[in-house]
Amino acid sequence: MATYQSRIYVTLRPSVLDPAGVAVESGLKQMGYTEVEGVRIGKYIELTLTASDENTAKQQLDQMCDQLLANTVIENYCFELIEK
Amino acid sequence: MKFGIIVFPGSNCDRDVAMVTQDLFKQPTRMIWHQETNIDDLDLIVIPGGFSYGDYLRCGAIARFSPIIKSVIKHADQGKYVLGICNGFQILTEIGLLPGALIRNRDLHFICDRSVLRVENNALPWTKAYHNQQVITIPIAHGEGRYFADQDTLKELEDNQQVLFRYCNNQGEITQESNPNGSLNNIAGIVNKKGNILGMMPHPERASDPILKATDGRGLFESIINR
Repeated sequence: MATYQSRIYVTLRPSVLDPAGVAVESGLKQMGYTEVEGVRIGKYIELTLTASDENTAKQQLDQMCDQLLANTVIENYCFELIEK
Repeated sequence: MKFGIIVFPGSNCDRDVAMVTQDLFKQPTRMIWHQETNIDDLDLIVIPGGFSYGDYLRCGAIARFSPIIKSVIKHADQGKYVLGICNGFQILTEIGLLPGALIRNRDLHFICDRSVLRVENNALPWTKAYHNQQVITIPIAHGEGRYFADQDTLKELEDNQQVLFRYCNNQGEITQESNPNGSLNNIAGIVNKKGNILGMMPHPERASDPILKATDGRGLFESIINR
């Protein structure tokens, strides 16, 4: 068995309006960062997982994301896996 | 009609609904703790408003894994009635019993206000007591009530007349200004294809007791009780 550290990123699908992102973008612009565009706010989740191998760990993470960590109607997800 | 009202940790409109079904409409009603699984005796399950599991991760995301939910799915598959109000609507979309999702309001505010709605389809057991296109006022109280679905799902909802309530102005016109939260197509409430599952953001239980001087929600309970 191996232990993996995982970093999961959940973001709103491009077709979903992100009013919080729009508000932050206007804040940044007011600070003078006028070149900024496309601010989108998402979620970052960390977890540690023990699995027999990397493929199993990835499979499990996919299931966790599909079933709970992300709502695929409105969100996309991706993750990184680092063996400890 | 036997009502059951699910209570999650964080539910806060459960007793308001019981007040209406039990005290106002004199229907047998029992509260169902979310760890229970036997609901065979009930005709209609209400998933009430509130903040189940603190709305952690996403509204309704964790409630979906409570033991009671498997029984709710079975109950719905048998064609029996399920009513999700506010947080209950969010939970129903998370389960997948209703399509789409409810996301952060367009203007980022929690909105607690009276909302004006148009009854879009009164041919269903939920809305028979209303006239078609009747304009009613029912309170809303939510931060995540913006209805979202992809274009194909929206088209299907519209083609099958699954939209039951839409935000409108006092004249019954569907306008952007009368859309409090940015919901697509001004959607405030929808049913599944079969029509036995209703999810809505407005709170009909808060507009049923005459003492509150707002009674436009009564029609919903009258309709389903006399279906």
